[in-house]
Amino acid sequence: MLEADNLECVRGERRLFSGLGFTLDAGELLYLQGRNGAGKTSLLRMLIGLLPPETGEIRWHGKPIRKQADEYHAALCYLGHLNAIKEELTPLENLLAAARLAGEALSEDDAIDALEQVGLAGREDLACKYLSQGQKRRVALARLVIDRRPLWILDEPFVALDVAAVDWLAGIISGHLQRGGMAVMTTHQPVAIPAGTVRELRIG
Amino acid sequence: MSNIVFSVIARDLKLAMRRQADIVSALFFFIIVVSLFPLGIGPELDLLRQLAPGVLWVAALLATMLSLPRLFADDHRDGTLEQLALSPHPLGLVVTGKVIAHWLVSGLPLALIAPVLGIQFDLSGEALLVLTGAILLGTPALSGIGAIGAALTLGLRGGGVLLSLLVLPLYIPVLIFGAGAVDATVSGLGGEGHLSLLAAMTIAAIGFAPWASAAALKIALE
Repeated sequence: MLEADNLECVRGERRLFSGLGFTLDAGELLYLQGRNGAGKTSLLRMLIGLLPPETGEIRWHGKPIRKQADEYHAALCYLGHLNAIKEELTPLENLLAAARLAGEALSEDDAIDALEQVGLAGREDLACKYLSQGQKRRVALARLVIDRRPLWILDEPFVALDVAAVDWLAGIISGHLQRGGMAVMTTHQPVAIPAGTVRELRIG
Repeated sequence: MSNIVFSVIARDLKLAMRRQADIVSALFFFIIVVSLFPLGIGPELDLLRQLAPGVLWVAALLATMLSLPRLFADDHRDGTLEQLALSPHPLGLVVTGKVIAHWLVSGLPLALIAPVLGIQFDLSGEALLVLTGAILLGTPALSGIGAIGAALTLGLRGGGVLLSLLVLPLYIPVLIFGAGAVDATVSGLGGEGHLSLLAAMTIAAIGFAPWASAAALKIALE
């Protein structure tokens, strides 16, 4: 269970939001909405523990995340608006390296399966610098296919995807919710997620 | 726990192998700077022997500086640094892996080529041996201290110059004892004391610098 309590965010001299709180249980999805610059990404960075909140506290299973950073990070999968893939490595190497650094066991066959699912069959061994923007995004999204950690935090996951890929990603997220996972995501175009409880939080 | 260190080393070495131009250019910078001195000074062997340790060490410091700005900047730009910070291990261990990988591709080649370059300065066999040992022992400290500077200047405009101003003064002890080891050997005093001090600096730098860098990186990622 993820709980946020009385969060306040100050960037520079401006207060973006204050008194913000929510709880998220297994199988629930939280949509963060708000205009540009309202602090959606700042809130996500607080939730992953990279940005300490001005006031308030974030708790994971009842314990503040700052007191259990390693355990919390082991349960957390974050997809930012940067793809976090290395241009010099192939999609397959990127997936395997990401899994190893996250401390997860991933076999090469599973990784190839995941890349096939995101439509990169036959391009596993091509360095990522030769892929298009959309294909690089798909390499980043392939992490979600194999990820079994309970909490997903996704920053604008649907950006730069074509219609078929949006449906596919919505399916992946609802599969995650059905397994009892939780997800927090920001998005400008609400996408129908067929499973799980969807909740909305508007900032600003 | 040590798994994460090895994973980071393996990843960074693989990336370095795909971008060999970076390693080769730092190495050639070292070779050329060192080779310019005998050409400029002329065949005065006594003078060259005296200059050799200082010249080789200053060139080694500058060659190490060349690759430092990219230590974290590439990972920062493509978002992998965030993912490294979110790995379920202390960030200090991740940085330890990066520092070791940096030494393997920057410091180690310098140490291997140094004895060949030392011949240009008419150094004796024993002095060449001590020179190689000193560079082997001292360069890990350069990578470690450099990592702190690279983390502090991450994301700053003009960070490269600032990095040099920040890090080069901190390299002075390594320079003094590194060059001193060769000097002491040439003058017959024996360089063991200097080498022990270099080893101590390296152990301290590898032990503490990654944690200081990790603290700086956390601030840069906020």
